[in-house]
Amino acid sequence: MSSSVAAFAGSWKSAALCIVIGIVLLLGLPSLIDDFTLIQVTIYLVMSMLAVSLGFIWGFGGILCFGQAAFFGLGAYTYAIAVVNIGDSSVPFLLSIAVPALFALVLGYVIFYGRLSDVYMGVITLTVTLILFNLVNSTAGPEWKIGTAPLGGFNGIPAIPPLNWPGNTDDTITPRGMFNLSLGLLIVVYAGLRLLIASRVGHVIVAIKENEQRAQLLGYDARAYKLFAFTLGGAIAGLAGCLFANWGSFTSPTIFGLAQSAQIIIWVIVGGLGTLIGPVVGCILIQWLTTQIGTQQTFNANLVLGAILVLFVLLVPRGLVPSAGDLLGRLWARRARKAKPAARVEERRA
Amino acid sequence: MDLAAIVAIQVLYGIASLVIISAGLAVIFGMMKVINLAHGEFLMLGGYATLGALKLGINLWIAIFVAAPLVVGLIGVVLERLVIRRLYGRMIDTMLATWGLSLLLVGIVTSVFGNTTAGISTPLGNFAIGSYSVSVYTLLIIAVAVVLAVALRAVLLKTQLGLIARGTMQNPQMADALGISPGRVYSVTFAVGAALSGLAGGLLAPLTGVVPTMGAAFIAKAFITVIGGGPAILTGLVGASTFFGAINQIAAFLTTPVFGEVALLFAAIVMLRLLPQGITGRFFKGSL
Repeated sequence: MSSSVAAFAGSWKSAALCIVIGIVLLLGLPSLIDDFTLIQVTIYLVMSMLAVSLGFIWGFGGILCFGQAAFFGLGAYTYAIAVVNIGDSSVPFLLSIAVPALFALVLGYVIFYGRLSDVYMGVITLTVTLILFNLVNSTAGPEWKIGTAPLGGFNGIPAIPPLNWPGNTDDTITPRGMFNLSLGLLIVVYAGLRLLIASRVGHVIVAIKENEQRAQLLGYDARAYKLFAFTLGGAIAGLAGCLFANWGSFTSPTIFGLAQSAQIIIWVIVGGLGTLIGPVVGCILIQWLTTQIGTQQTFNANLVLGAILVLFVLLVPRGLVPSAGDLLGRLWARRARKAKPAARVEERRA
Repeated sequence: MDLAAIVAIQVLYGIASLVIISAGLAVIFGMMKVINLAHGEFLMLGGYATLGALKLGINLWIAIFVAAPLVVGLIGVVLERLVIRRLYGRMIDTMLATWGLSLLLVGIVTSVFGNTTAGISTPLGNFAIGSYSVSVYTLLIIAVAVVLAVALRAVLLKTQLGLIARGTMQNPQMADALGISPGRVYSVTFAVGAALSGLAGGLLAPLTGVVPTMGAAFIAKAFITVIGGGPAILTGLVGASTFFGAINQIAAFLTTPVFGEVALLFAAIVMLRLLPQGITGRFFKGSL
């Protein structure tokens, strides 16, 4: 990461700007657009949270997880199964975060404490995702159920009860409430991760990404820090999965699938590594694009997404937001130099 | 007794199919340290090449053993030139780019052939063991896997090409200094790996049917086999295939095929925790 990007991504100004924009949207958007568009925007936000979870562990933890969809899917399935069994949504909501986090903890333990390299990490997480997909996909019969919740196999689980106020199962969430909740949680997650990255623990995580050996020689247990980051990423992805299950009242094995995993990677690559807002931007752009592709027949979505991924890796490897930030930074520096000879670039690095 | 024979054939078949679907990946990863996430799509293209050749009226065996490797090998050469070559030494970027290629290939094939399964009837018929019936094609797969492993070993050990490939694998700078262009070696290696994947796709096409997304079914198993095998290409490939293939088939026999795959993955994760460098990282060191 070059210093100007780090300065841009790590500066308090950019964090504050993003959070302010988020709060303005949270307060303003519902009154500007109709409910249908609001529901569309909500799914973008849910997916953005998933993108942020990968953007954090990959861009700041240096952990390339090809199976972020596994935690997302686990979150959705956990919520669905638990809420069907329990009725009240409070415990399922918490479980949908805890179960994927636990799964990430176990998987991460095997990977990091086995000292497997980045490349193996990618392959193993991908494989786990595929196996989960096969496993859930094959549970179609009525004999496959957890408690009173049938797993549904490739049919998925329909009619998942929505979130409700704790203790009052009749007071369920409205589409508008869903928008508020998704954006609110996205802002909380974003702010929380920014705080974490700026903290001592965050600095160590980034240091390990930059040079694992050096961090270890300085006495930090890289495995434990990576495991922490990975587990946190799993928890956030699980939360996104829970929101997804609520958004459509439906979940199916395709959210574990290869296409879903690839999409998350593409969001982060397109938006830009090493920022947290980049994945959100990439996610919204690509989601919008896939919706557009869905409305015509000439190009297949896989074809376009694949081409985008190859082209970005070859030509724009740093992604849109860092590249744009770089450009802005350079313009800013030129203006500052004109204004006064000694331009100060005194922004805190993440 | 009959049942034991059937189970033995199934286990051997499980091992052989792992060898066949992983060989191309093992060659590319072992030689070039390139993780080719489009491997599954190379298999898929092999299947479509076989199907296409059949539709042109070509004999099934020529379609499987000549057309599929040839077509996919050529596609491999083109992709290596256009994409892979620009990313040598950047493993993560290569993985991402090949994943992009994988999506792209699925997209292209879906646009051209449609998202439907095309079947090729399994040739050679069946024979009976007691009251059970076994497909002769299963035995053919086992035979091909053996021939493939022996041929790979012969090429690597006995031929000039194999010597150059092994030398480049061990020390690219030294090979370069001795007048061998690593770029050319990589290009040939990638083509051979792609051709092997194509052959695998052609061989499996009569068993699985051909569909644009068929690659996803194989890719996890192939990767686990190659990674579980470790640094020695051939010993690792055969060793890991034997280990995982046996576990997969026995678990599948006891429960369902899906749980067979879950058992395979679980065994792989436990094994990688114990042997992070794969089987040949600990045992059979220095073998091929």
